[in-house]
Amino acid sequence: MTPFAVLTSIVAPLPHDNVDTDTIIPSREMKSTGKYGLAEGLFAPWRYVDVATRKENPDFILNQPEYRAAQILASGANFGCGSSREHAVWALAEYGIRCVIAESFAPIFYNNCIRNGLAPVVLPKTVISTLAGGTATIDLAAQTVNGHRFEIDPEAKMMMLEGLDAIDLTLKHRDAIAVWQAKDRAVRPWIYL
Amino acid sequence: MTDLGGGYALIAIDRIFLHERTGAAALKSMADAGRKVSDPARVFAVMDHIVDTRPGRGDGTLMPGGAAFITETRAACHAAGITLFDVNDPEQGITHVISPELGIVLPGCTLIAPDSHTCTQGAFGALAWGIGSSEAEHAMATGTLRVAKPRTMRVTYSGKLRHGVTAKDMVLRLLADHGAGGGAGHVVEFAGDAVAALDMEARMTLCNMATEFAAFTGLIKPDAVTLAYLEGRRYAPDPLPGWSDLITDEDAAFDREILVEADSIEPMVSWGTSPEHSIALSSALPDNADAKVLNYIGLHAGQKIDGTSIDVAFIGSCTNSRLSDLRRAADIVRGKHVANGVLALVVPGSSSVKRAAEAEGLDQVFTDAGFQWRESGCSLCFYAGGESFPPGSRVISSTNRNFEGRQGPGIRTHIASPEVVAASAIAGRITAP
Repeated sequence: MTPFAVLTSIVAPLPHDNVDTDTIIPSREMKSTGKYGLAEGLFAPWRYVDVATRKENPDFILNQPEYRAAQILASGANFGCGSSREHAVWALAEYGIRCVIAESFAPIFYNNCIRNGLAPVVLPKTVISTLAGGTATIDLAAQTVNGHRFEIDPEAKMMMLEGLDAIDLTLKHRDAIAVWQAKDRAVRPWIYL
Repeated sequence: MTDLGGGYALIAIDRIFLHERTGAAALKSMADAGRKVSDPARVFAVMDHIVDTRPGRGDGTLMPGGAAFITETRAACHAAGITLFDVNDPEQGITHVISPELGIVLPGCTLIAPDSHTCTQGAFGALAWGIGSSEAEHAMATGTLRVAKPRTMRVTYSGKLRHGVTAKDMVLRLLADHGAGGGAGHVVEFAGDAVAALDMEARMTLCNMATEFAAFTGLIKPDAVTLAYLEGRRYAPDPLPGWSDLITDEDAAFDREILVEADSIEPMVSWGTSPEHSIALSSALPDNADAKVLNYIGLHAGQKIDGTSIDVAFIGSCTNSRLSDLRRAADIVRGKHVANGVLALVVPGSSSVKRAAEAEGLDQVFTDAGFQWRESGCSLCFYAGGESFPPGSRVISSTNRNFEGRQGPGIRTHIASPEVVAASAIAGRITAP
């Protein structure tokens, strides 16, 4: 995973609450069994007036010239709600989005962001409205966006800053896991099939 | 297992369930990284998401490229030694229908699946929640997940439900009152007399939509009803442990408490494009409804929802496709016929549900009334690019999501209980049973 340190980009406003993962990438755009080839389907229902021909909707924010290369999205509450599809994060990342600023995130989407090095930044609506449409600098180590402090838990921050692989990290506890499981087998034998 | 610091712990994952939509991706990615499934005996997979539901099905699916998801998942499961309930396996069905049917989910266990509706299985007093593909890989490779301790919430439904009000109405009312973000990251315990009075299938319906509440998951304490359901299931222990300690302490403090008076709940239906856009069937769209939402859904602010004409009625999904759901819907359509011009379908939640319904003659009740009777699967709860409803259809649906485009481009979805779907199919318009 690519480490995340400091990012400066124009901030594309997507000022809606409850932006769901079916909108970020509809099921019909998940055409391959892998993690790639998804950027074209990103926000397909909003981005195209005709999905089949990929005729763009000029009103959609990421189709407007100044926001085409945006790496930061600013949205409302409960961003990424709905389906657990990690394809939503893969599609955002492949398109070039490296940070979403929102009032809150749906829990599964939030974790998917951390696992893929896409920064989920939680800020109040009043701050987001001052950032949307302008240029922002995210400093993950300092936990600031244009000087506004945001909270992120230490584990997520470390994973992203160092680009760590969670599985490698956990496998360092391999012995402790085996010891725990051996004890657990005696307590909850029905768990072990 | 271990405190990781910063509020995170390494916790044991007891059960993992995969499906063909994301299972192959996770298993392939693991294989590419040279990682093995640590305990394949505790990992299960099923074909449910894009599998065809028309009679005589095989690996073929109307979704372009869909067969690859099925064949690759099958190959990856076989290579990893994972138990797979394949397309025409007698136990095939929707993950959150078959896992309980087979006794795979158990009280006090942790169960994860790369599927947001995994919270359904919290109905058994399990900690069951949806995760992404990367987390699924982590759980398969290590038998654990790194989890930040979630905040806690209790939603207490006091008193008794009115006649004709269901678990679906209970959860839609919660979403309407507290919003789709209302559960933000909490583990939600559903409690109270009205919850204790629900059978297991209704409890699953209630917990199913905890994810629509942005909760980490939902759960219900196991009791005699839970044990009676699990008795004799294939993967359940024999004899069953009592699990009597899996109850909330009387003096336990929750981060948040919500109280709902059960007898104040009416049959509900969604009017917009988020499950929080739900209202009592007897009421009207809010006067301040969002213009963008109204434009998509094709209704007006302040308009009564009852009487809105529909094109399609769909009974199915992990929310409402179990035998009791089908029985209640069948009672409403028995001896009647679907309104002219309405396309109506019933998709049983599992092959076992389908067989049990057929043994009772429910298939005949539905087909006599003009419903299609399908093989089990997730079906048209979402549009994957294959089978679709007619363009622009207004659908009354026993599913969980009414998002823009969820059931197809431009499709307008109204979610409700199977009873409301059945009654609306007969009337040709949204109506109470």
